[in-house]
Amino acid sequence: MAVEQNVKLDAKRIRADFPIFEPQDGGKPLAFLDSAVSAHKPRQVLAALEDFYEHSYGNVGRGVYALAERANAAYEEAREKAQRFVNARSPGEIVFTRNTTEGLNLVAYAWGLDNLGPGDIVLASELEHHSNFVPWQEVARRTGAEFRVVPVTSEGELELDGLDRLVAGGRLKLVAITAVSNSLGTIVPVEKLIGFAHEQGAIAVVDAAQAAPHRAVDVQALNCDFLAFSGHKMCGPSGVGVLYGRRELFERMSPFQTGGGMIRRVSVEKTTWAELPHKFEAGTPPVAEAVALGAAIDYLKGIGLEAIAAHEHELTAYALELMAEIPGLTLYGPPLERRSGIVSFNLEGIHPHDVAQILDAEGVCVRAGHHCNQPLMRKLGVSATSRASFYLYSLPEEVDRLVAGLERARKVFA
Amino acid sequence: MNDIDNLYRELILDHYKSPRHHGRLEPADAEAEGQNPLCGDELTVTLRFGADGETIEEVAFDGHGCAISQAAASMLSEEIVGRKAAEVAEIGKDDTPLVAMMVESGTPLTPVRLKCALLGLGVLKVALHKSAGTPLPEEWAGVEDVDFE
Repeated sequence: MAVEQNVKLDAKRIRADFPIFEPQDGGKPLAFLDSAVSAHKPRQVLAALEDFYEHSYGNVGRGVYALAERANAAYEEAREKAQRFVNARSPGEIVFTRNTTEGLNLVAYAWGLDNLGPGDIVLASELEHHSNFVPWQEVARRTGAEFRVVPVTSEGELELDGLDRLVAGGRLKLVAITAVSNSLGTIVPVEKLIGFAHEQGAIAVVDAAQAAPHRAVDVQALNCDFLAFSGHKMCGPSGVGVLYGRRELFERMSPFQTGGGMIRRVSVEKTTWAELPHKFEAGTPPVAEAVALGAAIDYLKGIGLEAIAAHEHELTAYALELMAEIPGLTLYGPPLERRSGIVSFNLEGIHPHDVAQILDAEGVCVRAGHHCNQPLMRKLGVSATSRASFYLYSLPEEVDRLVAGLERARKVFA
Repeated sequence: MNDIDNLYRELILDHYKSPRHHGRLEPADAEAEGQNPLCGDELTVTLRFGADGETIEEVAFDGHGCAISQAAASMLSEEIVGRKAAEVAEIGKDDTPLVAMMVESGTPLTPVRLKCALLGLGVLKVALHKSAGTPLPEEWAGVEDVDFE
């Protein structure tokens, strides 16, 4: 793909595509600064969902009538869009899941249970969302493998110097790493960890939930073995996600869930599995949601992932600059150049819940809590933070409203 | 605090900034620890009973959290000293001072904030049922201490 010269996006124009931002009765205009938890949907995606249900809906991989064929074609076309989106080698390497969590659990159980045992090490990091932490901890417990974590610095960056020591005394079998931290926005140098994993004869699993919606992801360039992301964080519907898996690994793995749609032949004595990727899609998949995710991919590509990343970078720079001036405000996370569109912070003496509630009264939505990141929160020495996150429809005016709301919170609690 | 200009805001903030019955009693006749898994708030309650073994003579809450959870515990502590343990263990969700006050004010807490407000009552119930040897009602099971380490 040629590099776009004019990458600046027009957030105001983009916003017109999102019905949620239309003025609602009496309320303050919505300043939605919580896209890291889930993004809103443009009309194009909603229309694709409705159009599919109205004109092409059917189950997949089953019917022989024309309608079912149409549904099947739309579903497989969405898979090809996802394949191109992450630059996988073939559609067989793309499995539709419910979300990132399910994709990571699929690998943890379908790969982990057959490949891990005593003496083996599973390595994650302190930055991980619980969804890329707990499945590994759990599968390690079940198999007798050891679960270890790469520590983070106080700025939320991985300490990569001591990796050799970290895996001493065992066989490293799997590295699970996030591409972008959901709490702090840290852009993780995943290539280094993937390279380290492969040097040690281990496989590398990437959690791209916070990366795929915001920046170009290329599984071949990364050379990762598995990569998971969710549709709902990238303007797609909830209930659908994507798991990329390297073909050789997918082929050797047992299924995760079994049942309809994933078999080749079933008899009382033995069952054999369908070809990839269907082996990993037991039961009726989220057909319409996958089709609408395809529309979301088209939408994001139409705007350009580079333009989206640049826009968020600008807003993050603006937010960090203004927020650094607020007395009693602590910012968490790495410097701007290694940070995605996420700003985590605390106001001295005010609990994040209270900050979020005061901001809500001003129409500003932020996340308050531990962000499914309790080990990281403990490392930072807090129980929770407030978090503002940006997306393609975010505006500098919303940052201004956030800052004004924070000033108000300080007054209320003064 | 749905409407942050609410008259009751001042009272909540006052309890948050200067919590009553704050700290830990040592030794204590009953104690419990609880968390709100949503936000990581933690609260510990310690209690001492009078000579009759059933009147709450002293109570102390300790922990950290949002204004709602801390103020609710503080306001609750003022209400229960001198009362019988068995009777306090029966206090309903709507009868805690902060929750009742917000309902009366016409701006009841949202379901999420209600969880914050009920953390204090929850740990208190755990402590009282534990010391009495009575089973904790199922609806309160979620607040009981979960050991992380």
